[in-house]
Amino acid sequence: MNEAIFQKKIDAEQKIEPKDWMPDGYRKHLIRQISQHAHSEIIGMQPEGNWISRAPSLRAKMILLAKVQDEAGHGLYLYSACETLGISREELNEQLHQGKAKYSSIFNYPTLTWADMGAIGWLVDGAAIVNQVSLQKTSYGPYSRGMVKICKEESFHQRQGYEIMAEMAKGTSEQKEMAQDALNRFWWPSIMMFGPNDSDSPRTGNAMKWKIKRKTNDELRQDFINKTVSQAELIGLKIPDPDLKWNEERGSYDFGEMDWDEFWSVVEGNGPCNEQRLNHHIKAHKNGAWVREAAKAYSQKHNN
Amino acid sequence: MSKDTSTVWEVFIQSKNGLAHKHFGNVHAEDKEMALQNARDLYTRRNEGSCIWVVKSEYIVSSVPEDEDSFFDPSNDKVYRHPTFYKMPDGSKHI
Repeated sequence: MNEAIFQKKIDAEQKIEPKDWMPDGYRKHLIRQISQHAHSEIIGMQPEGNWISRAPSLRAKMILLAKVQDEAGHGLYLYSACETLGISREELNEQLHQGKAKYSSIFNYPTLTWADMGAIGWLVDGAAIVNQVSLQKTSYGPYSRGMVKICKEESFHQRQGYEIMAEMAKGTSEQKEMAQDALNRFWWPSIMMFGPNDSDSPRTGNAMKWKIKRKTNDELRQDFINKTVSQAELIGLKIPDPDLKWNEERGSYDFGEMDWDEFWSVVEGNGPCNEQRLNHHIKAHKNGAWVREAAKAYSQKHNN
Repeated sequence: MSKDTSTVWEVFIQSKNGLAHKHFGNVHAEDKEMALQNARDLYTRRNEGSCIWVVKSEYIVSSVPEDEDSFFDPSNDKVYRHPTFYKMPDGSKHI
């Protein structure tokens, strides 16, 4: 009975709010997806934070600082949304630290050169935007509202990344090479950010039925590739996929096979930076314990 | 409440002088000053506000979805609360 009312609401494009009845599976799916999304924003601060002190100009440095601060904010919007499902911030952190909750594998790759800041903004944020734009219409109210806020702020991120790539691509031959190298390294992991192919994605069925997801992994991936190819061409960079070509009939680009063995290996913790990213988060959390304790002691003393 | 659990505050922001405060989201903080500062950092990085209210989430009282129909019913059947209910004489203006 409850389930029928719930599904009817979903089918009528109404939002589900925290106090509404929802199936356990819906709640669990959301907690998993939103927390993974939140953790990705927070862990994603690390590869970019790596370049704040070495940004090539004051302008670039100020922009990068603002961008990393935005990522922190996006993480917090998402933690807030997730907490409305009955899980605490502390539990969410614990799940991350124990490896029970994941974050996007893309952040387990190192950022070797300044061009990687360009590739991340352009490709990684670009892929995230395609996903997030579709999630603005997700059926869970707090998640949807968080996505609307995030999308408003995110487009500057992609533009700053593309600007870096465009500048480097028209710079010296070394700079252009550096930009091409960053594209080569980040292209495949970026298109794998959308997750496994639909045929190998066991949770997609419910997620679509419940309208948590509005487009499948493969649909989103195709959207992203279609948008990005001409952007690469415009600045004279080459997407590292020999099978990439326009398919007139489908009105879309065909593209090559992704290396799913590598994808799963990185998900399972064997990427170049998995350990470093998680250890850094745990260390920062532990080192901040005295601040949280002091703040609590202060508020208890002043009873406000 | 365990010693690790922080307090949640709901954030309301007046985006421009003269407008009503609107719910934006929430923040975690231990006292009101920290709540205001966290709200400023999180929700007004791009000139979104001219005034911020924060209130502990535990003080928000909400109606419950199960009672929605009976709770909000009266306004629907009292059509005479709406201006379109009244018949105005032909030719009347500015009313």
